[in-house]
Amino acid sequence: MMRRLKPFFTFGLLMAVFMLSGCSDMIVLDPKGPVGAEQRDLIMYSIWFMLFILLVVYALTAFIVYKYRDRKNHKGYDPDNEGSHLLETIWWIIPIIIVIALSIPTVKSIYSLEGPPEESKDQKPLVIHATSVNWKWVFSYPEQDIETVNYLHIPEDRPVLFKLTSADSMASFWVPQLGGQKYAMAGMETELYLQADEQGTYEGRNSNFTGEGFTNHTFDVLAMSDAEFDKWASETKADAPELSKGQYDKLMLPGHVKQMTFSSTHLDWVDHAKNPEYALDARERLGYEEKLPHSKAGKEEKKKREEEMKKLEESESHGDSHAH
Amino acid sequence: MKWDEFFVTGDPMIYGADVSIVLTMVGILFYLTKYKKWKWLWDEWLTTVDHKKLGIMYIVSAVLMLFRGGVDALLMRTQLAVPEAKFLDSQHYNEIFTTHGTIMIIFMAMPFLIGLINVVVPLQIGARDVAYPYLNAVSFWTFFIGAMLFNISFVIGGSPSAGWTSYMPLASNELSPGPGQNYYLLGLQIAGIGTLLTGINFLVTILKMRAPGMTLFRMPMFTWSSLVTMVIIIFAFPILTVALALMTFDRLFGSHFFTLQGAGMDMLWANLFWLWGHPEVYIVILPAFGMFSEIISTFSRKTLFGYKAMIWSMLLIAGYSFLVWVHHFFTMGSGALVNSVFSITTMAIGIPTGVKIFNWLFTMYRGKIQFTTPMLWSLGFIVNFVIGGVTGVMLAMAAADYQYHNTYFLVSHFHYVLIAGTVFACFAGLIYWYPKMFGYKLNERIGKWVFWVFTIGFNVCFFPQYFLGLDGMPRRVYTYSEESGWGPLNMVSTIGGFMMGIAFLILVYNMYYSFRYAKRETTGDAWDGRTLEWSTPTAMPPFYNFAKIPEVTGLDHFWRQKQAGKVEKLKAEDIKPIHMPSNSGVPFIMASFFFVAGFGMVFDWMWMAIAGIIGVFATLFYRSFEYDDGYYVSVEEVIETEKISK
Repeated sequence: MMRRLKPFFTFGLLMAVFMLSGCSDMIVLDPKGPVGAEQRDLIMYSIWFMLFILLVVYALTAFIVYKYRDRKNHKGYDPDNEGSHLLETIWWIIPIIIVIALSIPTVKSIYSLEGPPEESKDQKPLVIHATSVNWKWVFSYPEQDIETVNYLHIPEDRPVLFKLTSADSMASFWVPQLGGQKYAMAGMETELYLQADEQGTYEGRNSNFTGEGFTNHTFDVLAMSDAEFDKWASETKADAPELSKGQYDKLMLPGHVKQMTFSSTHLDWVDHAKNPEYALDARERLGYEEKLPHSKAGKEEKKKREEEMKKLEESESHGDSHAH
Repeated sequence: MKWDEFFVTGDPMIYGADVSIVLTMVGILFYLTKYKKWKWLWDEWLTTVDHKKLGIMYIVSAVLMLFRGGVDALLMRTQLAVPEAKFLDSQHYNEIFTTHGTIMIIFMAMPFLIGLINVVVPLQIGARDVAYPYLNAVSFWTFFIGAMLFNISFVIGGSPSAGWTSYMPLASNELSPGPGQNYYLLGLQIAGIGTLLTGINFLVTILKMRAPGMTLFRMPMFTWSSLVTMVIIIFAFPILTVALALMTFDRLFGSHFFTLQGAGMDMLWANLFWLWGHPEVYIVILPAFGMFSEIISTFSRKTLFGYKAMIWSMLLIAGYSFLVWVHHFFTMGSGALVNSVFSITTMAIGIPTGVKIFNWLFTMYRGKIQFTTPMLWSLGFIVNFVIGGVTGVMLAMAAADYQYHNTYFLVSHFHYVLIAGTVFACFAGLIYWYPKMFGYKLNERIGKWVFWVFTIGFNVCFFPQYFLGLDGMPRRVYTYSEESGWGPLNMVSTIGGFMMGIAFLILVYNMYYSFRYAKRETTGDAWDGRTLEWSTPTAMPPFYNFAKIPEVTGLDHFWRQKQAGKVEKLKAEDIKPIHMPSNSGVPFIMASFFFVAGFGMVFDWMWMAIAGIIGVFATLFYRSFEYDDGYYVSVEEVIETEKISK
């Protein structure tokens, strides 16, 4: 019989080893800011709880299955035992207690994540508009009046308020090492506070499926000191080319571009949170039409689109504005 | 429309599929003609209204779909085994995960369970048939045609690629042009008709056709779970019907319910989808719970522990299932209050589920546990499902979910719930009731191989995905970089996936092997069962199920009779003529018209769509003027049938 149960034990052991050795390597459990840290603490709290529940259920299962297996000299058979009010009451009450124990910290966290982190409450957050468009991220700094594509600079130890929206598909803005995600939707604006307490480069991405280019719908977040950030912002404002409406319209075509920088923002003429039709209108102005992906026309169109994006990158690079 | 837009071209794998489809078709046509099986096919299967045969057809279709969805899964796992793999391109990968998800939920899990419900429930309640046998045939054929319509998408027109959730505006004409998404809408819509009809049919069957003496609180657990499931279906499926219809209007007739233009609301789609989609999860898990209750009780040789608590917890779960849909988009920015409320309701589902787990454990307590294959699957269910359950509670904690959302943590969680729950139950139930359907058991030795290879493969495949999720790997990416460090665990996961594939092949071999060599059952009581379906004297119940309708005196009536040595023998004078419904070809023909209508709408060929719809109405019209009230089976024939088998 022990042979039968062995896989279960081996599996449990394997899981414990995994948990204990692997945790610190996983980026969600290795946050670099207060938002991510709060979420990590909540996750670890729940993991210990859940491991305990698993242990109880597994021990009970192993015991019962072993003790009451059908064999010669089987003892304790009681076929008409239909239940026990005492036992059943116990396992109605215990899960209720567990749910309460999990609900309290969860609700606390949900509320606290709606605002800037506790530790930097007195600081004015840096506002960045993050706009998703298949398959690029456009970041506008209204205060600094600059705009970047597919990368971000943020100051450390200061809360950043992201105002999220999308020009087309529903995307999800996620920088796992700084904290959890939120959706970016056309015609709407959602808000997300994040903060970096350590300098460094963090990977961010869209994690909600948006079609063909979804896998590479990513961006970099560079956290730096306040002084460095201000220097970068003012240099960008001075050196980077202005964003023209024509260039921006081309950004609305589906496709990837490399990182780009501009000394003005698209917020001057369009806010996708208020005008969800802009991207489609821009595509129409440029004579673009989505074709069947597997047809000949679709493949040709995809090639054309890629060339268009390349040209767009070249037009911007004249400004020589890549600060990093 | 050009040819390259009609047929999917340019991929050797697709050409391979084209060839194999044509060869299979030719093979089937050749076989049917050569062995003169056309009449047999028409009389015995295509026109049948017998719930047991319809059930078998559901199960056969579901196993085929399990194969299709499984191949999709293995293609994905192959692509993800190593970083930067070039096996599938992005578009192809997107189509495959979309069809994998849709097929496994809608065309595999649900029909498999509905198939088992079809076979078993009327027998368990001591009925000769379902309430509406003709409607039952309509249900099956609309499901089958919906599934076929969805399936041909990968060779004709291209498969949908917006995910099985089809979030708008991605699934709109502007971002997903062409027939692919239409296949999704029409395939689900047509199959959904069948599901809703099944819901009504079995609700009435269970409420109105129970044998005398079988009160609600004497019904077997599987029947109870089916009843609750049917109630969920009746409330949930109309939501899907409406949502799909609205999106179909958006795509075909230029309305703006969910689009970017015209003040469409993409969030509205997500809400409607999950208002159906979350209850759907319980539609595929509650019958599974019912089956495990039957199997655990049978092979522990003991009454179910806490029968009433099991029912109340199930009703509670059914109620909750409609109150938690927002947890699918905690990240949509609904605000702290909404997220808190839905966090707590979601976690609360864990309470009745936990109660059920402990009741199953205590059903075995003081029992005599026999390790048959159905029992192994049930034990495997408890051990693995608990992992899915606790990670579900973790996901329910909204503040933490912001980090798990859209990652492999979630992917792993729902596979732990759906595979360890539903798929294990499908296997367990299939093996358990196999002798009822085919008159012999599946081989136990080979069956245990299937169990171990599958269960180990399943854990090897999905357990690493929790860690991939915590390491930031998003779902639905078609590849990843070397630097991400996700390579090794993905490789492990792929190996596990292929083990599950191998287990499936052993299962199919087991069916063949047992068909050839298994000992035939001589009585209807293959496992020393407890409920009425085991009380028929013949191994396979005749088309009228019971020559004499049993009278029920308590829970586990048949078991109690056996214990008391008082199993009634059938006497010739007890037999009266039995009224049965006539076969009909109309349901099959009606479903074929649905196919024509659906195919026309997929390609926006309105002449074809209208022709199909006229056909559907013509068959409805024909039926409403048909005065066939069925026929009587004579006493002689019943005596003959029962005698032959004795």
